[in-house]
Amino acid sequence: MKASNSLWKESLTGKLPEDLAHEIDIFETDLGLKKQGKLDERLIAETRLRRGVYGQRYDNGQRHDGKRVQEFAYPSGPLTKGPNTLWDAPGMQRIKIPAGGLNAAQLETLAELAEEYSDGIAHITTRQDVQLHYVHIDDTPTLMRRLAAAKITTREACGNSVRNVTACPYAGVCQDEVFDVTPYALALSRFLLGHPDCQSFGRKFKPSFSGCAQHACGLANMHDLGLVGVTHTENGKEVRGFAMYVGGGLGTVPYQAKLFHPFLPPEELLPIAQSIARVFARLGEKKNRNRARIKFLIHDLGIEKFKELVWEERKTLPHDPRWTQYVEMAKESKEEPLRPPGETPSRASEAFERWHKTNVRPQRQEGYSTVTTTLPLGDITASQLRALADIVRRFTRETLRTTVEQNFVVRWVSNRDLVDIYEALNPVGLGDPGAGNIVDIVACPGTDTCKLGISSSRGLAMELRNRLAQKSFEMDAAVQNLHIKISGCFNSCGQHHVADLGFYGVSRKMAGYAVPHFQVVLGGEWESNAGSYGLPVVAVPSKNIPQVVTRLTDRYVAIRKSGESFKDFVKRIGKVEIKSLLEDLTRLSADSADRSFFSDWGDPREYGLGDMGVGECAGEVVSAIEFDLAAAEREVFQAQVDLDKGNFQQAARTAYLAMVHAAKALVKLELQDVPDDPDRIIREFTTRFYDTQKFYDSFAGGKFAQYLFAAHVSSNKPDNPDSARYLIDEAQLFIDASHACYNRLGTVSVA
Amino acid sequence: MEFQHLNVKLFVEKEEKVDLEALIPVFHSWIQNQAGGELLLDVADYRHIRSGPGVILIGHEGNYSLDNTGGRLGVRYNRKAELEGTNQDRLVQATHATLAACRRLEIEPRLGGTILFHGREIEVLINDRLLAPNTLETRAAADSEFRTFFSTLFRDIEYAVSYPQDPRSLFSVHVKASQAFDTTALLNNLNSMAPVSHQG
Repeated sequence: MKASNSLWKESLTGKLPEDLAHEIDIFETDLGLKKQGKLDERLIAETRLRRGVYGQRYDNGQRHDGKRVQEFAYPSGPLTKGPNTLWDAPGMQRIKIPAGGLNAAQLETLAELAEEYSDGIAHITTRQDVQLHYVHIDDTPTLMRRLAAAKITTREACGNSVRNVTACPYAGVCQDEVFDVTPYALALSRFLLGHPDCQSFGRKFKPSFSGCAQHACGLANMHDLGLVGVTHTENGKEVRGFAMYVGGGLGTVPYQAKLFHPFLPPEELLPIAQSIARVFARLGEKKNRNRARIKFLIHDLGIEKFKELVWEERKTLPHDPRWTQYVEMAKESKEEPLRPPGETPSRASEAFERWHKTNVRPQRQEGYSTVTTTLPLGDITASQLRALADIVRRFTRETLRTTVEQNFVVRWVSNRDLVDIYEALNPVGLGDPGAGNIVDIVACPGTDTCKLGISSSRGLAMELRNRLAQKSFEMDAAVQNLHIKISGCFNSCGQHHVADLGFYGVSRKMAGYAVPHFQVVLGGEWESNAGSYGLPVVAVPSKNIPQVVTRLTDRYVAIRKSGESFKDFVKRIGKVEIKSLLEDLTRLSADSADRSFFSDWGDPREYGLGDMGVGECAGEVVSAIEFDLAAAEREVFQAQVDLDKGNFQQAARTAYLAMVHAAKALVKLELQDVPDDPDRIIREFTTRFYDTQKFYDSFAGGKFAQYLFAAHVSSNKPDNPDSARYLIDEAQLFIDASHACYNRLGTVSVA
Repeated sequence: MEFQHLNVKLFVEKEEKVDLEALIPVFHSWIQNQAGGELLLDVADYRHIRSGPGVILIGHEGNYSLDNTGGRLGVRYNRKAELEGTNQDRLVQATHATLAACRRLEIEPRLGGTILFHGREIEVLINDRLLAPNTLETRAAADSEFRTFFSTLFRDIEYAVSYPQDPRSLFSVHVKASQAFDTTALLNNLNSMAPVSHQG
């Protein structure tokens, strides 16, 4: 696409690491082979994914423009870069940033690439990566070469591989940490990158490091491999190690990680990670990608059996000197301050004080602080990246990290420079206050660019941010510190399960039209490394979500007990009362002329799932199915109430029945007299909706139906609350999918 | 030196009157109608970023945006696809695309005449650092091409040029004419130059 693509390779010869240069050459060759029809469709898809080259919404060449589905006539015509993915359609490039660490030159490189190959914006993700959107695949080899010249790789940023190794952005400077986990994170990242033992996973594998157990920064509990720094005393000496957790993950049904080892010595970190990789590659599910994450393997085997297999594997590993070398090498590059420590100047503006309160955090090294630059929705312009590069050069030795809250943290700022750095950040739009508070909303890309998006997570985040920013500093302190996280669908990229107020996108049919909704997810905990997961309480039309936030926060302020967290408040008053509080918001406005409900935030097009597949009209049984699906929703809600009361077996039974009833609702579209027998309902559902693929989601396929089948076969008899919880999540997802199926079958257009 | 991936920005008059939200349905309707002869794909909303790209209409050959980079609002055309022809052809194509978009916005009923362009200032950027690094050498090489082009665009009216200094920035030229032109006049001036294909 770019005229200079052919010149860059020559221009950068000798300027990038040989191994990366070689890999990129191979990738470029593969693209050429695909153009010549010599490479399989699935192979090119996985090849590009393993280099971080993702598809983007509408890349099948179709887009509903609000009136009709347009077919885009791209110059390359039907040429594809994977199944149902057109060559010329814009895509997303994900860029791995291990532990979130970047220097000034790397910021400048990202700025150049955002301008020249993307839309001028770099996006920080919830896993400390950087993403560029609207990139043409022909530009990606050049883009990768320019990144490699700045010592950045995109390798294994996507695909069934070891993803970015994340780490607490305060590691090394945090007052509460046990020790600095950064060198270990960098060593693990380097060791596993392209490792032969990590090339045949059935799904992705995400590691994370945290320097303490109590804060959220590393989110160890929601990772495939979570490592928390710990120490103990041996012979009177303090010894470092890691509490190692495995099998955590969000996704559609979140799993809390299990403790693999309470104190793993640092020298065993890399070999045990390698052993886990080998076990996962050997025994993990390969065919059914919906059960291919390591969390399912561990759940099926049981943690004790899994541990046994890993330790057995460890015994067979040939010694690799890199296990310790990489850690020692990473330790050599120690961060240091540029300027002497000092005191914060006393005379400062009110604006500075507000910013200082939320965005500045004292380091454990006296006289220094970290400074967070809040990025709305994780977005930063090329000009801002260059300005930030100048700022980190001026005040620090280029010590900067991305965060999972989609911000930057500048480390080692002398306290005497805090006013000056604020005055440097503010004119370039990087000095907004509110880091980590209710205004600092996290959102995945959602329907803006993601193929899986159901509702506009970014649109909602922007709306909430605008409303909350105006009054956040007058809010009760307890509310100011709440976390809002939004995902555009059930896949949890916005980490809604671990927010105080979480939302994920679903669709519902109301008054004959598809209406964008969000499930309200409550009970999650961000602190304690994502200590607990919330559950969906009720689905509310997208346009009513701001009122949901207002009502819940107002009620929290009004009746909270002293020191009571939002999570504890939710638990105390119970989901029944919360649902009742929000009940009227689940309905459309009384004003029948208000069509705003039929479009999403920031997108004036009539809302629909047309971009995800269109079906035929369902006929006249509309009201009956809506009634039946609503009944199923009530049942799954009741299951939550049962679970909250500790009756997990009853909860599981109710959740299972909710699924059966939702399935029955769909079957009734075709067979009005379906009997009340679960076996018969599932048989009819299978024949009529599963085998025919009418129930299939464009991207999730039949995944949610498999939840029903599994629950039916297992007789829904869980042996612990976790299993009941998983079943409730699965039941809600099955019901959401039933709504979506019904929408596809019979959505009418707004006249 | 070959100009490719030209960006052209024309600045808005009375920025305070412009409501970027109102622009979103307008850009969506351009996609519905595939206005302007290029393949138009999607709308990206960056209103939340101060001095950012505002609202972008993503296209295959090029993007259009009501862009606030540098704290100044203007319509910016970003040519992405390579274009055959001479440098003058490419300057004409990108400037024509920009002016045509400006004109469509000026007469768009849903915007109620809130977006107007003073046509006195124009910025031209080359969005390719390898072809056009921001150096004195590039400036010297591009100078005569720019003079030829701007003399035609501004009908030999005096104008001043300035070049941003930061070597990290895209190579660009900022031109300020000694009198204002409306978009129709600039389009007419442009049409007097050799016709080129705008498709690329």
